[in-house]
Amino acid sequence: MTTHAPTLDTDMPTVPQSCDLAVVGAGPAGLAAAATAARAGLKTLLLDENPGPGGQIYRAITRSPLPEGAVLGPDYWSGSPLARNVTTSQVTYLAQTTVWSLARDLELGISRAGSAYLIRPRRVILATGALERPMPIPGWTLPGVMTAGGAQTLLKSSGLVPEGRLVLAGCGPLLFLLAAQFLEAGVKIAAILDTTAAGAWRAALPEAFDFLTSPYFRKGISLLRKVRAKVKIISGVTALQAEGEGVLRAVSYETASGKGRIEVDTLLLHQGVVPNLNLGNAAGIPTVWDEAQCCFRPDVDGEGTSAIPGLAVAGDGAGIGGALGAAERGKLAALVAIEALKPDAPVLSEKPQVEAALSKVLRGRAFLDRLYRSAEAFRRPSGDTIACRCEEVSAATVRETVKLGCAGPNQLKSFLRTGMGPCQGRMCGLTITELMAQAQGVSQAEIGYYRLRPPVKPITLAELASLPKDESAMKSVERG
Amino acid sequence: MFRRLPEAKGDTVLITVDGKPVTARAQDTVAAALLAAGIDHCRTTPVTGAPRAPYCLMGVCFDCLVVVDGRGNRQGCMVQVADGMRVETQQGKRDIAR
Amino acid sequence: MSTDRKSYDVAVIGGGLVGASIAYGLAKSGQKVAVLDEGDIALRASRGNFALVWVQSKGMGMPEYAGWTVRGAGLWPGFAAQLKEETGLDVTLQQSGGFHLALSEGELEKRAALLQRLHNQPHMLRYDYEIMDRSRIEAMLPEIGPEVVGGSYCPLDGHVNSLKVFRALHMAMERAGVRYLAQHGVDSLSYRAGEFSIITPKGEVRAGKVVLAAGNGNARLGPMVGLEVPVRPQRGQIVVTERTQPFLRYPVVTVRQTDEGTVMLGDSVEEAGPDPTVGLPILSSIASRAVRMFPRLGSLNVVRTWAALRVMTKDGFPIYDQSLSCPGAFVATCHSGVTLAASHALLVAPAIAAGGLPQEEFGVFSSRRFHVPASA
Repeated sequence: MTTHAPTLDTDMPTVPQSCDLAVVGAGPAGLAAAATAARAGLKTLLLDENPGPGGQIYRAITRSPLPEGAVLGPDYWSGSPLARNVTTSQVTYLAQTTVWSLARDLELGISRAGSAYLIRPRRVILATGALERPMPIPGWTLPGVMTAGGAQTLLKSSGLVPEGRLVLAGCGPLLFLLAAQFLEAGVKIAAILDTTAAGAWRAALPEAFDFLTSPYFRKGISLLRKVRAKVKIISGVTALQAEGEGVLRAVSYETASGKGRIEVDTLLLHQGVVPNLNLGNAAGIPTVWDEAQCCFRPDVDGEGTSAIPGLAVAGDGAGIGGALGAAERGKLAALVAIEALKPDAPVLSEKPQVEAALSKVLRGRAFLDRLYRSAEAFRRPSGDTIACRCEEVSAATVRETVKLGCAGPNQLKSFLRTGMGPCQGRMCGLTITELMAQAQGVSQAEIGYYRLRPPVKPITLAELASLPKDESAMKSVERG
Repeated sequence: MFRRLPEAKGDTVLITVDGKPVTARAQDTVAAALLAAGIDHCRTTPVTGAPRAPYCLMGVCFDCLVVVDGRGNRQGCMVQVADGMRVETQQGKRDIAR
Repeated sequence: MSTDRKSYDVAVIGGGLVGASIAYGLAKSGQKVAVLDEGDIALRASRGNFALVWVQSKGMGMPEYAGWTVRGAGLWPGFAAQLKEETGLDVTLQQSGGFHLALSEGELEKRAALLQRLHNQPHMLRYDYEIMDRSRIEAMLPEIGPEVVGGSYCPLDGHVNSLKVFRALHMAMERAGVRYLAQHGVDSLSYRAGEFSIITPKGEVRAGKVVLAAGNGNARLGPMVGLEVPVRPQRGQIVVTERTQPFLRYPVVTVRQTDEGTVMLGDSVEEAGPDPTVGLPILSSIASRAVRMFPRLGSLNVVRTWAALRVMTKDGFPIYDQSLSCPGAFVATCHSGVTLAASHALLVAPAIAAGGLPQEEFGVFSSRRFHVPASA
């Protein structure tokens, strides 16, 4: 009998014993960081869990089944050079490789093809990117409901599009980009339910000048125009509900002018992206609340440097800045590593250009942050709406437990198991903080976030058991 | 629920889903192959038995857990399909024997 | 935040399993109780427990502790029923007996000798235990691996869902009228004219009695009210797997399957000071022993690991004590907050409510035992 449990191409490189720099994540930040470091002659290892480079934004950029151009659009295909720079460089690129642990001394725990390895690079750059902000509406766990980003991944990597009646709901640029890609591919969209808050345009206005002169503006306007021409957009949506028994049947919504209901086969949700911070958090990088982006991010400086010696975070994983910004932030973090390990490297002279490029591509970000700030109603669910998908804990249960005096998310784990399931808080962390902040009448910063521990991605017990252990470790677990 | 765009290229591979033959594409993850094959859910939860389907497709939500070649709780969106692969939908908790 | 100037009959310092059990018991004894606890990030021994209600091998060097443990395990069924009645939560107590497994003949001999020495102690309470060979264990635990040569079994052992116990205690506490004060880490406490003044960052709390149940924090707090509490943190690490179908009918001292299906693997004993971080060599050692005991565990995914600090005395036994210089100040500290939860709620709390810990029952647990020369 054949088994296909973790398969790898046989010509792929093996895990090296050591390296100067390990970069975790092969999205724009990681690709740019690895290529820059390799140019300076650093022995560079790029680790990524996907089968090919690109991260989520450039997912499957080297292996998409779709022809270049048309459906996915020029912004997607502009990621090709980033991937090419790495594949033609001296970087050791390990695909389908999971990093499940990072210690303060930079020891990385890696899983590849069913085997675990430990490696201790001299420096580490985390380029773990973003994930979609949870959008806990009633019925969001029903089959048929999916994230917009998830649907886009299916399009990029498999050329798949939804069939039947389709509604997109939420806010943020990705929702409209995906709508435009679907339209290009001939997919019908029954409606877009736009949850952008009514006052958001006014709140964003002070940042409008930067936005109007940014690269986002022209692209954004033409995208919106294209989508508006072909899709019914229902604005000012204040409540959403996915309906169905065991499978999605309809989505109902509320606006200031009333209620509506649309029968659907697929509902795609999106309300922005937030840093994927689990690995850095487990390594001990403090997590701080970013009020402008309404999410937690790792505490790093403008170059991505953390308080842990040799450890940096680059790209959206350090705070959302978009794909173009991520690439520049990847280069910047790599330059810091090069400065430490090879202070004479000629590539260091490029730092001013990188900084200038970064500030240019970040223009207009503040406007988008304000305009597309997820409305409170979609961050703080109520009643039976599931907050923790893994343990199936409702918002009401969380609120009741807070009333017992539970101080924060880490205590709440003991009470309700929230964040203790396989997703390790990625799908519930922000919601739990929001609910506790609301129930206690304090800020999200005061509530704080989960304190995470390895493994941040599952490894098997056999893999864990295979790691090196000394005699004192073995002694400490034997019982008389 | 999902259909393949006609312009999408790629070699076909044959897998089985709950014993029935399913055609997938070489680039597909197990989750993509299941959605393309029109399954409505890939597992039921261990807590309440509710049906779930792939949700994030990027390895973070753990809703696409399935049995692959006899091993349970594998993230369908992180496993690439291969010819002859046996995929099963998972009911509740995985079995320790598989 | 408001300063809680109200006076309580009893202030319990610490909201972990020990503090919550005692606070609940005090409230049921008619006391007006406040529980002062720290915030979200605190060194919480309760979070690190392994959820065993465990008897075998306890009491080497202090047979009274073996008796105390047996009595505590015996109180558990009634206590679990009481919690269920008051909160609706089933803490899934299972007292089916439990195992200690040996992975070599040497380990098995060592185990047999230890239990024999334990039970040969003068004044040792008699209870059943058995050394079993591999085939008998296999009949009860069919998933054991080829390296398991035998083990010890005690029918009094069991386990419980400790997270549900924790939640049930907090719910029952609230229903019994206990005031739970989070973010009330204690800066200092003092005794004057029959009343205790407790200073916290959120203000002062006054109480007629005070119970120190702050785990390792008791070492600092005790001397403020004339109590000596020589405890130190001892690290333990734990590994948890994903949920799987039930496969383990009895808990093993280092491997237990929870009612929810996850498998908990424990636990190390490390003198690492107050550092609750995990380390891979030890986690790997835990995993390795577990896989040797139950090879099929090897394919399960690990979903969590954590470390916590046990509250350890020099001899490993609990301290229950009352202050002579500050009447009304008590301390309760142990590293078996689950096994002894029923005793704390049903025996210790009523005694404190009634005025004091009877010498004949609790004298042996006083920290005065640490002053007796070893040769005496």
